[in-house]
Amino acid sequence: MSDGERAVTPAPAPADDGRVPAAPPVVEATGIVKRFGPTVALNGARITIRPGETHALVGRNGAGKSTLVSVLTGLQAPDEGTVTFGGEPSPRLSDRDAWRQRVACVYQKSTIIPTLTVAENLFLNRHDHGRSRLISWPGVRRRAQELLSTWSVDVDPQTSAGDLSVEQRQFVEIARALSFGARFIILDEPTAQLDGAAINRLFDRIRDLQQQGVTFLFISHHLQEVYDICDMVTVFRDAGHIVTAPVAELPRTELVAAMTGEAAIDRLQARPSTLDRTAPPALSVQALGSEGAYDDVTFQVGAGEIVGLAGAAGSGRTEVAETVVGLRAAQAGEVEIAGNRPRPGSVPAALAAGAGFVPQDRHHQGFVPDMSIADNATLSVPHRLGKNGFLSRDRRDLLAGNMIEKLAIKTPGPELPVSALSGGNQQKVVMARALADDPRLLVLINPTAGVDVRSKEFLLGKVEETAQTGTGVLIASDELDDLRMCDRILVMFQGRVTTETARGWHDHELVAAMEGVDLNA
Amino acid sequence: MPETVLADAAAQSVGPGHKRTALFGGRIPLARLRDLALVPAIVVIAVVGQIVNPVFLQADNLINVLQTMSEMALLVLAQTMVLIVKKMDLSLESTMGLAPGVAAWLVVPAGAGHGLGLLPGAWAIPVTLVVGALVGVINSLLIIRFGLNGFIVTLGMLIVLRGILTGISGGQTFFQLPQSMLYPGTAEWFGMPASIWICLALFAVAIVVLGWTSFGRSLYAIGGNVDAAKAAGIRTDRVLWTVIVTGSVLAALAGLLLSGRLASVASAQGNGYIFTVFAAAVIGGISLNGGKGTMFGAFCGILLLFMIQNVLTLAGVPAQWIGALNGLIILVALAISRITGGKVQE
Repeated sequence: MSDGERAVTPAPAPADDGRVPAAPPVVEATGIVKRFGPTVALNGARITIRPGETHALVGRNGAGKSTLVSVLTGLQAPDEGTVTFGGEPSPRLSDRDAWRQRVACVYQKSTIIPTLTVAENLFLNRHDHGRSRLISWPGVRRRAQELLSTWSVDVDPQTSAGDLSVEQRQFVEIARALSFGARFIILDEPTAQLDGAAINRLFDRIRDLQQQGVTFLFISHHLQEVYDICDMVTVFRDAGHIVTAPVAELPRTELVAAMTGEAAIDRLQARPSTLDRTAPPALSVQALGSEGAYDDVTFQVGAGEIVGLAGAAGSGRTEVAETVVGLRAAQAGEVEIAGNRPRPGSVPAALAAGAGFVPQDRHHQGFVPDMSIADNATLSVPHRLGKNGFLSRDRRDLLAGNMIEKLAIKTPGPELPVSALSGGNQQKVVMARALADDPRLLVLINPTAGVDVRSKEFLLGKVEETAQTGTGVLIASDELDDLRMCDRILVMFQGRVTTETARGWHDHELVAAMEGVDLNA
Repeated sequence: MPETVLADAAAQSVGPGHKRTALFGGRIPLARLRDLALVPAIVVIAVVGQIVNPVFLQADNLINVLQTMSEMALLVLAQTMVLIVKKMDLSLESTMGLAPGVAAWLVVPAGAGHGLGLLPGAWAIPVTLVVGALVGVINSLLIIRFGLNGFIVTLGMLIVLRGILTGISGGQTFFQLPQSMLYPGTAEWFGMPASIWICLALFAVAIVVLGWTSFGRSLYAIGGNVDAAKAAGIRTDRVLWTVIVTGSVLAALAGLLLSGRLASVASAQGNGYIFTVFAAAVIGGISLNGGKGTMFGAFCGILLLFMIQNVLTLAGVPAQWIGALNGLIILVALAISRITGGKVQE
């Protein structure tokens, strides 16, 4: 197991107990306890990460993953327990430079400053100074270029960081972390906002760096990714450590069982189709076209039918779904929702015609973070809350109470601001709003992005239930789990619908279609 | 080699976005050119002004334009720094009146107006600057230390400071200012009023500091993403203190120049300036959302506004209509900078 010699997918380390590791672990945390007021975020948690491995940390929302990350990166001191790096005790909390030389974290939320150039972001607060003690911009640019090419990140250091794609931004953040000397990098849900191709590129990059001796701690909700990229996996549940094992020795069912504490139900069972052919279609899209986004898109969603709209990022699937609900207007073609033709580009018209909608990015379009659950859930249905524009608080709370119950939103009451909820529960609020007016057509864009396994199953189960009541469902996503329950899947590639498959597809077929690869060629 | 493959794939995914960022083979980043967006507009106004009235481009007139704008330009400089760190300081216009007002109050001999005559005339300039710094410290204390909303704090300060000036002056104007207070606003250095030199020099310093020092760049980092700035090891609170206090001192200096030029401190000195200051900064490409814009752009913004006003005066527009036209100019200039800048202003 010498450095630089590791195979791309290394064989899991033997798990026999008598083995003496060649080097001390990159990081070892033992007996970590961390309390926030009455809540215990970590209770005797531990993790050991060995040099050169890619270690997965999985657990449901609230299992203590984020708290462990902030302890490992020195943002918070544990109440009890110790953290060691390479066998040495961790530096003082105030010594940021020492921490940065040991560990770096690429968060879901960017720590890049969008208004500055890539070069400046890389060397922020440690610019090159010329003889006049002023910043030497050519020097900064040159060093940035060197750094980026050392780690083969193909980004122009002169670009404004705000213009970077999510993927490039992550590469830049990884390069910056490496430039501090850290060889242990925590990736906090790095794939949440990436499409399939970008995820593959990220994984290639991780494998490259792993060969160059960089150790990763990988946090993800997508178990498939854990099996694709990681050597070891540690499962946290209820603020504590449950199991650490080589990935290859932990079958998927056991992993999920470790996360949930109970055997997961097998969701792959075929769902009986609830398509009602006698009722008018919930959605009919005719020759829809929009310059630079999609072209000549025609399809129907029957009442009670679940249709998937698959495709990589930039394939036009999101744009088509947004056009259906009126967030965008098409330049050509028609959208008909449950027999009505709403005015193009008008969300109220689409809602009035019978659409419910879960937007792409819940933080961005889904909810108003500081408003209560009740207000958020009933935002689109003021007409249900009272007459002539006056709102009845009682009726609102009653309606919201029903929704909270129906969607099993974990909250002390409907007054809580949505920002106080976990990701999964926030998404349930968004879903509640989409279902508030008993829609005839439910449009979902990436409905389970950044949501834990349990909430995901719950949300998808809710979608099935909704379809059973005769509502047509359109799911625009590239997440295979979202698409499994669909009656039909339309695959979009570069703005056109290229493939249509009925249920019973294989993963690799669908992925190939999304990536525009012909398996038979 | 897997790396080459990876780089190619990444390059493809970048696509068109890659080309826009640089011109002339990457030597001049487009961001730099955006700073120069107002230069063509300034040239156009100069040409129009010359056609309207041949006096426009004569040295006397240009010096006149520069001198009348020098005081407000200093406020624009101060506000630009504050806006870049994503704060706002509305109280600058009151500081501009109060700081020299307090100095005059303490220095002007008793009997003449509301003066107390407590200090000799030489103290006037130090007192002015200290009052400015003090206002900045109070603002910083409330905004940074106690975490109050900057907009409302400085709105409150705007009213309080104006009220204090009205109180100490009895609503009247201080005359008989000491020689030291008159000097900065009236002296001529190398054939140009001192206030123009001071203004230009401070802008030059500000351009260098914001563009070429770690301190200056930390302003942009804080305005762009304060958490990221903290993570990069920038002492954000210290930088914010420095910016707000410096801004207030600059406002006091602007007040000193104006008082010197007018040889008086009116109780309404600086009243209403802040709107023009904001307009100039935004026209000059400073984002109200922080982290964006340059000092040079801000200077172009205020210069453009004053040149247009001058052209209107030379064209014989009745004085009663200048106010309405000023507002209109601001709106039109914003619209033009929206078109040339190409981005939605927030």
